[in-house]
Amino acid sequence: MAILELQSVSMDYGGVKALSEVNLTVAPGEWLAIMGPSGSGKTTLMNIIGCLDQATSGRVFLDAEEISQLSRRQLTAIRRDRIGLIFQQFHLVSHLTALENVMLAQYYHSLPDQDEAMAALERVGLGGRYRHLPGQLSGGEQQRVCIARALINCPDLILADEPTGNLDQANEEIVLAILRQLHQAGGTIVMVTHALEVGQEANRIIQLEHGRVTEGKRHRHHT
Amino acid sequence: MFFRLVWGGIARRRWRALLTLFTMLLGVSLATAILNVMLDVGDKFNRELRTYGANLRVVPRSAAFLADFYGLEEGEGVTDKYLREDELPRLKTIFWAYNIVDFAPLLTTPVVLEGVDQPVTAVGTWFNQTLSLPTGDTVTTGVQGLKSWWSLKGAWPGEAASDPAGVALGESLARRLRLSPGESLVLTGQDGVRRTLPVTGVFLAGGREDGQIYVPLALAQAMAGKTGLVEEVEVSALTTPENDLARRAAQSPASLSAKEWETWYCTAYISSIAYQIEEVLTDARAKPVLAVAEAEGKILGKVELLLTLLAILALVASALALANLVTAGVMERRVEIGILKAIGAGDLGVISLVVAEVLLAGGVGGGLGYLLGIGLSDLIGQSVFGASISPHPAVIPLVLVLVFLVSVVGTLPAIRLLLRLNPREVLHGR
Ligand SMILES: Nc1ncnc2c1ncn2[C@@H]1O[C@H](COP(=O)(O)OP(=O)(O)O)[C@@H](O)[C@H]1O
Ligand SMILES: [Mg+2]
Repeated sequence: MAILELQSVSMDYGGVKALSEVNLTVAPGEWLAIMGPSGSGKTTLMNIIGCLDQATSGRVFLDAEEISQLSRRQLTAIRRDRIGLIFQQFHLVSHLTALENVMLAQYYHSLPDQDEAMAALERVGLGGRYRHLPGQLSGGEQQRVCIARALINCPDLILADEPTGNLDQANEEIVLAILRQLHQAGGTIVMVTHALEVGQEANRIIQLEHGRVTEGKRHRHHT
Repeated sequence: MFFRLVWGGIARRRWRALLTLFTMLLGVSLATAILNVMLDVGDKFNRELRTYGANLRVVPRSAAFLADFYGLEEGEGVTDKYLREDELPRLKTIFWAYNIVDFAPLLTTPVVLEGVDQPVTAVGTWFNQTLSLPTGDTVTTGVQGLKSWWSLKGAWPGEAASDPAGVALGESLARRLRLSPGESLVLTGQDGVRRTLPVTGVFLAGGREDGQIYVPLALAQAMAGKTGLVEEVEVSALTTPENDLARRAAQSPASLSAKEWETWYCTAYISSIAYQIEEVLTDARAKPVLAVAEAEGKILGKVELLLTLLAILALVASALALANLVTAGVMERRVEIGILKAIGAGDLGVISLVVAEVLLAGGVGGGLGYLLGIGLSDLIGQSVFGASISPHPAVIPLVLVLVFLVSVVGTLPAIRLLLRLNPREVLHGR
């Protein structure tokens, strides 16, 4: 059974067709990479999956529950409880420490738990940096805090839009290693990238062009 | 966590937080000062206006009767139209004695001046008379205090028995006679005695008094042959603005219930002071000088209206400034707020952040503003009325309500912005 299913989803931005008739299924534990040129609709697709936006037409199911008709408030709840977001620009709260940024997600989800947040930071290799503000961390480190924050509430689905787009080679490798580890532990990941070597880490790559899926191929790492 | 978020937000943008605080402080301090002044202004204003002359005229009952019914102010056929000079100190023994600021008796008599064809009115009065009260105290009263706004060149005539008698001339009369202080004039009264008297001063009143001669009361009594008598007493009293009760009482004190009567009697309404004056002077009728009383009431009403408008303006201005600041703050933090929303903060979660910030500014700024406002109102009191204005307890709840209103109004636009803010738009840098 699919954890995520899109049925002929289209997105129309006042005349601009960002997505047209996209069909997509993601199985639990799958690692999917979405690739395509700039402006092809990758972010739009991620926003719809991540409950940050709603499609103009078509249906979206998360865990067999249709989410395409939910209210803004219900979407917020899903985002909070079941989805972990990783951004290209990291998007940490700049006046909170690394630890507090992780605890923030716990705070909105349920209750901040310092030990648990600390453990999450340790898992991404930042146990020693918990007191540092984002401005005191390198890009790679900030992205790791962002990942720790995305994972802290054990989401069903991890969404990463160009997670390595702002990182150098070394940090890209570290982040990919964390995602790989996550995947091995059974996490479901949908990732946008336009670097082929990053996309090849996934089980499957789909190609978007002008808002349409033009190509989908199986990859190595079959589960 | 919540407090870390609020506090972090404030600490990050200290300037804006300070400005917000300052806006609150300014609005609240102005409103506090104005409210404080307003609650006190009636009293202060009254006292101030009392330096501009009498608001009560005391006349003999029969004279009042003739004046009321036939429009006769003076003339034939009025035998019993005098008050007794020796009863006047009793004015300072009534219930509201301390509200009687100044008073002066008047006795007019025609005199003939050398070199002038027509007789001129001489007004006998007290200039600066020291009275011994039945209570053993002494008070000083007279024209000098009662007409303090008249401008005087020279001095008022002395009136102690030992002083040489003198007169003060009205400005236009002095000009006609070409006399200035220090010279003397010759006058003949009703008694036919020719007197040569020094001119001690020339005064400018701005009314018909400018064509008259002011002389010590005893001299006027001698010239008129009315020993120990006066025609009228002008009284300046501090009063409470009239209300319904006062108006009913003024029409007929008998119509009041015992309790109402008591309240009326023990309040410094002009009508109750008049009533108390009539109680102590034989056959006297005390009448409010309506024009003055009314003008005072109107001016007071206008001043209060003006102050209310100012207070409203101050609050509207600070609400607008606050709205601007808070909205700009949200704009500045839109990415942060977008992040919070993206990771699951609901509308309430983000709104409460902004509200907490404003409440903090409102609490601290409002508290400081209240204290500053008290100081400010005192300053206003000192500079405008020359008397301090004490903090009014009723202002505190008013200020609390106002702070609340200003905060709500000031936060609404920002809340609208918060609700509309779509995380999708800020997170991808669009
Ligand atoms: N909020 C929006 N309003 C109007 N057009 C938009 C909006 N978001 C995206 N688009 C348009 O939709 C298309 C797809 O954008 P996007 O999903 O961001 O592409 P990608 O992430 O693949 O670069 C582009 O043509 C873009 O200009
Ligand atoms: Mg994109």
